[in-house]
Amino acid sequence: MAEVLFSRPKALFDIPTHYCPGCHHGIIHRLVAEVIDELGIQEKTIGVAPVGCAVLAYDYFNFDMLEAAHGRAPAVATGVKRVHPDAAVFTYQGDGDLAAIGCAEIVHAAARGEKITTIFVNNAIYGMTGGQMAPTTLVGQVTSTSPYGRNLETAGMPIRVSEMLATLDGPAFIARVAVNTPANMNKAKAAIKKAFELQLSGQGFCLVEVLSICPTNWGKTPLEAVKWLEENMVPHYPLGVYKDVQEAAK
Amino acid sequence: MSEKVLMKGNEAIAEAAVAAGCRHYFGYPITPQTEIPEYMSKRMPQVGGVFLQAESEVAAINMVYGAAGAGARVMTSSSSPGISLKQEGISYTAGAELPCLIVNIMRGGPGLGGIQPAQSDYFQATKGGGHGDYRNIVLAPNSVQEMADLTMLGFSLADQYRNPVMLLGDGVIGQMMEPVEIKENNTRAVEKPWAAVGMHGRAKPNIINSLYLKANELEDHNNRLQKKYALMRGNEMRWEEIHTQDAELILVAYGITARIAQSAIDIARENGKKAGLLRPISLWPFPEPPFVRLAKTATAFLTLELSAGQMIEDVRLATRDAKPVYFYGRTGGMIMSPMEIYQEITKILDGKEGK
Repeated sequence: MAEVLFSRPKALFDIPTHYCPGCHHGIIHRLVAEVIDELGIQEKTIGVAPVGCAVLAYDYFNFDMLEAAHGRAPAVATGVKRVHPDAAVFTYQGDGDLAAIGCAEIVHAAARGEKITTIFVNNAIYGMTGGQMAPTTLVGQVTSTSPYGRNLETAGMPIRVSEMLATLDGPAFIARVAVNTPANMNKAKAAIKKAFELQLSGQGFCLVEVLSICPTNWGKTPLEAVKWLEENMVPHYPLGVYKDVQEAAK
Repeated sequence: MSEKVLMKGNEAIAEAAVAAGCRHYFGYPITPQTEIPEYMSKRMPQVGGVFLQAESEVAAINMVYGAAGAGARVMTSSSSPGISLKQEGISYTAGAELPCLIVNIMRGGPGLGGIQPAQSDYFQATKGGGHGDYRNIVLAPNSVQEMADLTMLGFSLADQYRNPVMLLGDGVIGQMMEPVEIKENNTRAVEKPWAAVGMHGRAKPNIINSLYLKANELEDHNNRLQKKYALMRGNEMRWEEIHTQDAELILVAYGITARIAQSAIDIARENGKKAGLLRPISLWPFPEPPFVRLAKTATAFLTLELSAGQMIEDVRLATRDAKPVYFYGRTGGMIMSPMEIYQEITKILDGKEGK
């Protein structure tokens, strides 16, 4: 008898996404959906979509969702979670949404120890608007609003969100992962799973930063983009766990 | 509570909200409405509710968006500069058709302005404030009792129409104390099958959203909203009239200004001058029928506002400029006295005032 080894997660609709070829959003969506399936929480999951490339995430995920204003997803998720404390509430945000316009909302949701999970996709650029400089754009990186490369003197250094939030007492779990290799995808999935589990056991705010490529706006092929991520992003944004209350308690 | 108690207007709003079953409050301190978050911080834990002091007005209104989208009866409150910050979220709640109560206890502007009472947010409250073609029901109380009663009504209307409702008060009514009866919950319980609460066996996800990327779909959405707003116009105009039947001059005022106008009308009547008061209670929808009717019997209208003249535009529209519409206003937190108004009445009725 044939055994099913691989299938589409129930928490993901069977429709093509609008994401560009090579983009990592599709992989990250899938990992989130797999985790929701494995935890058996599809019925009580409420997601909050951002403004940015993932603005249409509610078309792809098969559970209740709210579309938030740009940067406000953590505030919207706070409202949802305070109404339904038993629900699995998460935000899915990009780096422009979370680290620029939504900086206050994410910092204070983390500081309150809001019992939500945030999936933070960092691709060092504004994707949806066509490749402008983000707070996470690397020094020297050319974008449509940093045509001579990000200038350290005028734009400062890119923000390391995971490190910054890990200085707060509210977060229960903060990790930075990547989905550039199958091994890293497994680690990313494990981190996302933990970020949901700790939310559901009431430990506090959980965030997983996922380094991601944007071949279209980086002007690279998907393979070149993965190489660029490994050679440029990972050194500035080291992968690893920045906070874990479960490990700290051991 | 069913007996009369002495309360500040702001506290009456908060207690009426609790009585109306509101169990989620998100806000931020700003004068002259801070009694509301303070009261809620004490009261909500007593009734198993949520009080959350947000990091900003922006965050507070987006928490309201989340809680309303998740099916809760929810409110926020602020004063003028804080309401400006909330405009993005108000546009989104209107676009996603989320019921909620937003309280604005107005102070003087523009900019940081001052902390004294004003009515200079009329345009912002009734004409949009945020982006896009949307409307909020705007209710304007003129007493501490109405602060409570219109709060309850506001929650009912918000749920009934799936629309934000704004309670537009001013710093005077917010701060002053009067006897008030917080009535038994008279709001309607409304099913919210559209809310994002988790699927729990439902076949299709519920999505709370105001994004329509296809132009024809966004137009359809706008047409649906406009139909709803037309329904509100048909059903939800509210106003009060005092001595209008035989009045030559109709004073038009809302909120605290209407109370002062009443005193001025008493003085006028004692002096044989036939003045009356038309007080809009719903500022949107603006109550046009009494204006159309009174434009036939009165000789003129006098609009009184604690602003440089905002509601007067709606008065002129409602009367179709059939009769002269005069204006008298004070700004910056200055409040007009009954005698000031009486002098305006005298000037108009004695024919010494240009339009």
